[in-house]
Amino acid sequence: MTGFFAILQRDLRLALRQGADSVMVVAFFIVTTTLFPFGVGPEANILARIASGVIWVSALLAAMLSLERVFQTDYEDGTLELLTLSPVSLELVVLGKALAHWLTTGLPLIIAAPLMAVMLNMDPAGFGVLMVAMLLGTPALSLIGAIGAALILGARRGGVLVSLLVLPLYIPILIFGAGAVEAALLGVSAAAQLQIMGAILLLALAATPFATAHALRQAME
Amino acid sequence: MHRFAKPSVFLKITAPILPWLVGATVILIASGLYFSLIASPVDYQQGATVRIMYLHVPAAWMGLFCYVGMALCGAMSLIWKHPLADICARATAPIGATFTALCLITGSLWGEPMWGTWWVWDARLTSMLILLFLYLGYIALVNAFDDPERGSKAGSALALVGAINVPIVKFSVDWWNTLHQPASIVRVDGPAVDPSMQLPLALMIFGFTGYYFVVLILRVRLELNERRIRALHLSGMFDDNGENSTAETKPYDPSHNAEASQ
Amino acid sequence: MTEFFSMGGYASYIWPSYGITALAMIVLLLATLRGLRNSRRELDQLETVLQARRPRRNRKSRKAT
Repeated sequence: MTGFFAILQRDLRLALRQGADSVMVVAFFIVTTTLFPFGVGPEANILARIASGVIWVSALLAAMLSLERVFQTDYEDGTLELLTLSPVSLELVVLGKALAHWLTTGLPLIIAAPLMAVMLNMDPAGFGVLMVAMLLGTPALSLIGAIGAALILGARRGGVLVSLLVLPLYIPILIFGAGAVEAALLGVSAAAQLQIMGAILLLALAATPFATAHALRQAME
Repeated sequence: MHRFAKPSVFLKITAPILPWLVGATVILIASGLYFSLIASPVDYQQGATVRIMYLHVPAAWMGLFCYVGMALCGAMSLIWKHPLADICARATAPIGATFTALCLITGSLWGEPMWGTWWVWDARLTSMLILLFLYLGYIALVNAFDDPERGSKAGSALALVGAINVPIVKFSVDWWNTLHQPASIVRVDGPAVDPSMQLPLALMIFGFTGYYFVVLILRVRLELNERRIRALHLSGMFDDNGENSTAETKPYDPSHNAEASQ
Repeated sequence: MTEFFSMGGYASYIWPSYGITALAMIVLLLATLRGLRNSRRELDQLETVLQARRPRRNRKSRKAT
């Protein structure tokens, strides 16, 4: 477990020192969301109707944007090789890195989401559910995305590739995330959607570290 | 299974099967075409467009069949580190992607006259579209490495992850679809299959499956040849003193590489 | 015969479906066969080159992996 916290601490410190990463992700999220009113027009009721979907799609894209770097720099400077050789289990290392990715991208997105919801004229009734859904959904995005980030190590054009690999796998989270907010806006209980998102998160938590660690070992061969 | 690992064994086993497989496939598809285009009745509701079903359903079947095959290959590659499993998965992907695309295209051509639209965001269509994306992702990943063996291994891992994800995607798309289904004029379930339609449908499904195995065998051979060419380039051509390439009298065996790397 | 080709008025949907399917399956098969032929040719070439080189060997023994 100490290895897990060491990795987490190291990645967080790196992210804080560079600083720009989280800010860029949030900026990307805000700019993307802002594009939609230009595309569909400024009518308040149309925007309110599509707000949950727009916020979720933008959040997926923003979370994906930073995936490429989760393992890339460590792969290039040889840190990853040392980590695979170290006694700490690689699955824990992966979990630590996914958690660090979530803390530096998912969490800022959750904080920025209500702001965009206000700007898109979303009914305040959906805010709470949106936050809870993102709280359940974004960690799953980081965990599933880590698989893609590990698979593309050493590939050409890794950045574009990772989006092609990961986006289809993100579809369930998008569906239930946006569905939960929509249910709340209709005044129906969003419990079912949130429970399914919780189930997806638990499944991802249990299964993805092994897949990611396997992909990392392949990359190190 | 392990004895199939050696390319020579693969060639030895498939060489006598291949002509029979080709013959059976040609006969199945030819008779399937005869029954589906000429000797089958038209549907009382859908008219002659029902003839598209004899392509659409087998193509959909192949799209799913190939993905299951790839996932099984991925599992074999993970469990037994079997070099041929990676190659089979890699050879399957373009075939599966082609059939999935054909399923969508024929579905569109069927939907236009029947439903009055080329595309509906129906759960089945959407799931097939996502399946096509999964195929494209796999193909892109497998070809993105300088070392094809590394690409194949990464691909096998992705196929496995995708296969675990497919039921979740299917479930979520069904959910999404029932939530958003507009007042439905679209009858989602195709026609109830009449016995007179079952024969051409079965012939076409078996014919397409036969076609898959023919192309699979050819593509695996192609892949084995290319690995061997690569191995020769790496070992023999560019250093003209390579002991390995000259001293042995038996021909270079690429499976030696695959086994040694484990 | 014309009735067969008109397909009950749906010819413009049915024939393209069959045409596109046939085209895709044939193209996939031909591309595979062509790749196979090319790879076989290249392999033969490489092997004849290696055969020809066989006499002048052993300047130093470096193992190829």
